[in-house]
Amino acid sequence: MEISRRKFLKSITAASGASLVSKSQIAQGAERFTGWSDRFGVLSDLTRCVGCRSCEAACNEINKLPPPKIPFEDQSVFEKIRRTDAQTYTVVNRYPNPKPGGEPIFVKKQCMHCDEPACASACLVKAFKKTREGPVTYNKGVCIGCRYCMTACPFYVPAYEYDDPFSPEVKKCSMCYDNRISKGGIPACVEACPMEAMTFGKRSDLIKLARKRIIEQPDIYIYEIYGEHEVGGTSWLYISGVPFEKIGFRMDLGTTPYAELTRGFLGAVPLVLILWPAFLIGVYMFTKRRQGMAETEESNFEIEEDQQ
Amino acid sequence: MTGYIEKKYTFRSWVIEQLFMGKTIKEYLKGLITPFNLVAALILLVGVPVSVYRFSQGLGPSTNLSDNNPWGLWIGFDVMAGVALAAGGFVMGTAVYLFGLKEYHPTVRPAVLTGFLGYFFVVVGLCFDLGRPWRLPYPMLVSIGVTSVLLLVGWHVALYLTTQFVEFCPALFEWLGLKNFRKWAVRLTVGATIFGAILSTLHQSALGALFLLTPGKLHPLWYSSFLPVFFLISAIIAGISMVIFESMLSHRVFGDRINHQGVDFDKLTLGLGKAAAIGLFAYFALKWVGVAHDNRWEFLNTPLGHWFLVEVFIFVLLPCLLFTWAVRKSNAALVRFASIVTVIGIIINRINVAVVGLNWNIEDRYFPSWMEFIVTITIITTGLLTFRWIVNRMPILNEHPDYSETDQHVLERERVTAEQFLNSP
Repeated sequence: MEISRRKFLKSITAASGASLVSKSQIAQGAERFTGWSDRFGVLSDLTRCVGCRSCEAACNEINKLPPPKIPFEDQSVFEKIRRTDAQTYTVVNRYPNPKPGGEPIFVKKQCMHCDEPACASACLVKAFKKTREGPVTYNKGVCIGCRYCMTACPFYVPAYEYDDPFSPEVKKCSMCYDNRISKGGIPACVEACPMEAMTFGKRSDLIKLARKRIIEQPDIYIYEIYGEHEVGGTSWLYISGVPFEKIGFRMDLGTTPYAELTRGFLGAVPLVLILWPAFLIGVYMFTKRRQGMAETEESNFEIEEDQQ
Repeated sequence: MTGYIEKKYTFRSWVIEQLFMGKTIKEYLKGLITPFNLVAALILLVGVPVSVYRFSQGLGPSTNLSDNNPWGLWIGFDVMAGVALAAGGFVMGTAVYLFGLKEYHPTVRPAVLTGFLGYFFVVVGLCFDLGRPWRLPYPMLVSIGVTSVLLLVGWHVALYLTTQFVEFCPALFEWLGLKNFRKWAVRLTVGATIFGAILSTLHQSALGALFLLTPGKLHPLWYSSFLPVFFLISAIIAGISMVIFESMLSHRVFGDRINHQGVDFDKLTLGLGKAAAIGLFAYFALKWVGVAHDNRWEFLNTPLGHWFLVEVFIFVLLPCLLFTWAVRKSNAALVRFASIVTVIGIIINRINVAVVGLNWNIEDRYFPSWMEFIVTITIITTGLLTFRWIVNRMPILNEHPDYSETDQHVLERERVTAEQFLNSP
């Protein structure tokens, strides 16, 4: 997240003395940054996916992941709903069609690449970064393995290499940032899809495309783009022919970016850091003064007694 | 302590007196064979290999943690509950040094030691949980993630551990006989107390704020925008209750070491009970404000809702009433009992937030593996052994005769000096 909100929070921490940040950043304001306008994303059209798992195979190959336990051609994998794990950055799940007699619906799941990612907001070593191009990337070189990113992610995406005792990493889809996007390419899964179920492009264009499809074929699509506003917007977008809540999507996540959820608390930190010592020193001085007065009174009393 | 003589040690006599408590090594080793030590040895006998297994084989084989449940017992109990229960140091330090409640002075040193060791072993527990514990200094030195509440927790726990060590230093230096160092450490007391109070306010609440990022995962009865306040208030109550509880244990276990003249511990216990009652009542009210604020009433009549009611009524309101009743009847024993209920309640709360209530809405639920339990028990045991080792040697529960502020000691010291003066040729 190379954004000024982060810089704003940086300035707060700088004020609290917990970080070494140059003064120039302190002057920056607190306006909300909604993302680089030319950032990329992927539009996933669920009406087109046939569950061939070519995307899974392509992802496995480009990321040099170990061969899957169930081969990519094997349909038995759909018997249960899967999630991403340390060896699988994307999974396709099958859901029964809520429309009577309809074909089952396949949903590809991977990192949503949030515009203001919970993982990046949670990470205490800045291992996650919302790149200017759109993908959320992970830096294994600084990760300490606290797994707060996994706790924070509303989509249950980041996975951990629990079985590696010495160099475990968080694993998730990077939208092929290093391999492809940074070199001008498109994500491997998008390229591999024989149904053109996924479209890679500028997020703003994808939203227009999604609207166009929905408006032109209102009998096929429901009027909703999942990811347009969810948790502040995501780079991965979905359109569907059936309501999203029927096919495993969380509809209760709200539209507030997760980074906002802790902002109020972090904003109060410098107040406590500055006002608390002043208050406590005040209390201490008051206590001392009161004790001093009590002692003077006592000795005055004794003097009076002596005089009598 | 009669016949006070200011001792002059050689290195050898110091080791025998201060490390082996005046016994020969043979006697000392013999004295180690007690039922408590046997149980502790048994725990370590299992705990040490399990720890080796955890660090050599990784988290996967040793724990039941998963991609859906990345945090378990070690975070819920060792870290969350551990930090709350170690709040006594900051609470008593603030009360005595800043608010001038001097009569509570005898409780400060044990509370500070508990706090220091508590935090130390929280960090030990955290190291078990972290994937790469050797990178613990990274958030301070290598890459600073300033948007993270966890960064604040990390910094503050590190700074607070240092602060508590400074607060512990007078006792340490008295034990080592380093008078000049002690003088400097004592001068730092008020500053360290203020610093500790600020750090504690922030990181105790920050531990609650960590879960502000889990609105879709944490059960609605435990998720609240008031989480930071809940955690801070309950930590203060936990700190007070632990001071009561620990003072009770210390009197049973280390009764012979306690030499505070003219200190009525029952009276102090009652005073602390009063504070705990007020704190618990505020906390109880606040919990319901939380439910009302987010309009979560509909969740109360569900299985987890019932568990929430158990937490709030049996472990918050009940001890609150017990404390109140006990203080009215001047029943110190009942205050002690109430403190135990409170401590259990705070532990339950932290586990509810970090484990039971988290991911309540998915099928893949977590229960700790036996090795996770063993590690937690081992860490507690090691903490208790360290506490006992220090209390048996350093002036924590007792006053060091050289630095005593009790009148009798001063008189005794003057008498001895006078005698030495008269007897000198």
